[in-house]
Amino acid sequence: MTAVPSDTAGGKSAVTAIHGEKISLLRILGPGHVWALGVGIVLVGEFMGWNFAVGKGGAIAALIACWTAGLLYTCVAMIDSEVTSTVAAAGGQYAQAKHIVGPLMAFNVGLFLVMAYTMLEAGNAITAGYLIQTVGGMAGFEGVHDKPFIVLTILALAWLNYRGVYATLTFNLVITAIAFVSIIVLFFGLKPWSNEVLHHRELISGLPYGWLGVIAALHFGLWFYLGIEGTTQAAEEVRSPARSLPLGTMLGMITLLIAATMTWYVCVGLMPWEYLGQAITPLFDAARLTDSTFLMVFLFVGTIFSTLASANGCINDASRAWFSMGRDRYMPAWFGAVHPKYRTPFRSIVFLVPIALIFALGAPLDQVITFSILSGLLGYTFMPINVVMFRRKWPLGTIKRGYVHPFHPLPALVLLLLCAVTYFAVFLGYGTQLVAMMVFYIVASAWFAFHRYKYVRRGDQFTMPWPKPRGY
Amino acid sequence: MNSFHILEYAAWVISAILGLWMLYDLFKTNATFSEDLLMSSREGEIEDELVIDPTHRGAR
Repeated sequence: MTAVPSDTAGGKSAVTAIHGEKISLLRILGPGHVWALGVGIVLVGEFMGWNFAVGKGGAIAALIACWTAGLLYTCVAMIDSEVTSTVAAAGGQYAQAKHIVGPLMAFNVGLFLVMAYTMLEAGNAITAGYLIQTVGGMAGFEGVHDKPFIVLTILALAWLNYRGVYATLTFNLVITAIAFVSIIVLFFGLKPWSNEVLHHRELISGLPYGWLGVIAALHFGLWFYLGIEGTTQAAEEVRSPARSLPLGTMLGMITLLIAATMTWYVCVGLMPWEYLGQAITPLFDAARLTDSTFLMVFLFVGTIFSTLASANGCINDASRAWFSMGRDRYMPAWFGAVHPKYRTPFRSIVFLVPIALIFALGAPLDQVITFSILSGLLGYTFMPINVVMFRRKWPLGTIKRGYVHPFHPLPALVLLLLCAVTYFAVFLGYGTQLVAMMVFYIVASAWFAFHRYKYVRRGDQFTMPWPKPRGY
Repeated sequence: MNSFHILEYAAWVISAILGLWMLYDLFKTNATFSEDLLMSSREGEIEDELVIDPTHRGAR
């Protein structure tokens, strides 16, 4: 047995033993960490981004988009929880696709995940840099820059991820909880039971662009929940995946539905839709309108914390997906290494740092975010196909499931329908990017099918102790 | 130069230190441990004997 010192458990001095010269990711997380990973990635969408839905179709359209996207993501969470409670492996949906659909789909899903999270990480770093630059400007400093803080955000969070998953997600738990509490405090601070501060009757003005505006708003309605499915990436690091993953994901979804509705209610009751639709930090702006210094400071802290939590979770998820693909040789096997001391996919974490930096320093925010949303949307389109095949190949009772989602195949059909509508919504605003993204994935698929797949150890891919699928 | 510019320089310096530290540790780890050990993680081997950190199971 080899023994190496470890300080991954929140600074505790410890010894990590390596039995039989094998190492794996550290199985140490609980449902709270799963919640922090999922909600941490997403909550930034409440602080900024969702309000562009208001600009597309007005306040009512944004609420319809919020709840329609909520329905889409509830389907995602239910489907994902069932499949993940059986395919408990790092890589999440990539590992699911590998077991249930096939290698080409798995390669694409893995790539969707890495692209979606790395782009989102870059978008968060840009936002964090912008916020710090804004504070510098507001404080009266001249010639302030955002780039040092963009780089610091990416490097510091990558370093945290490199050093261990427990500290990383405990940090996420704390800052995500503070950001969530800031939304609740703002909501109750504005006395929603009276018309003293909020003026919905005067500010809400129907559907200015009709029902087409509602469909266009769907694109940004995704912002309220984009990334919640990332909880599955922690599958190899939670103590009890069959229990913790469904519990953490579902609690996360409930948290986001509450936060999204509160955010909408507060913002549309304070700001006219013409302003709200183009605001950069709508919740912070709402706090500024209250003239309360406490609320202003608290919401600024909430905004910064939500941005950092999202970038932090994205680094965690992108590196796990890349690591899993390396371990299966879908990408160079070198990336499938685990750090013997920190028990993290350290090579994948370091490799993705320059990629995030290139996007964060060289691409505009809306393009980065749109590519992230499109990659996420492609991933959601895979899920209904995946769960229908899963139920057909392994019907209920043939393998043990930690969670069984109700009303199958209704959630899958609803998800597929909502994905189709959202593609149309994205096409309305970002048709060129949609086509460019599709071309990229088609070229990547050709590379995998004609070149890379010969390196894959085909017999080793199927790792779950399941019986043969029905019909084989 | 104002005090915000000092903060900006500090951000660059801290970023460089963290980046170099990760690179140093990556090269050191690659040189110290065998590739077989570093890449010995296997998907699915997660339920039994590979739960191997004594401190996280209550031991000291």
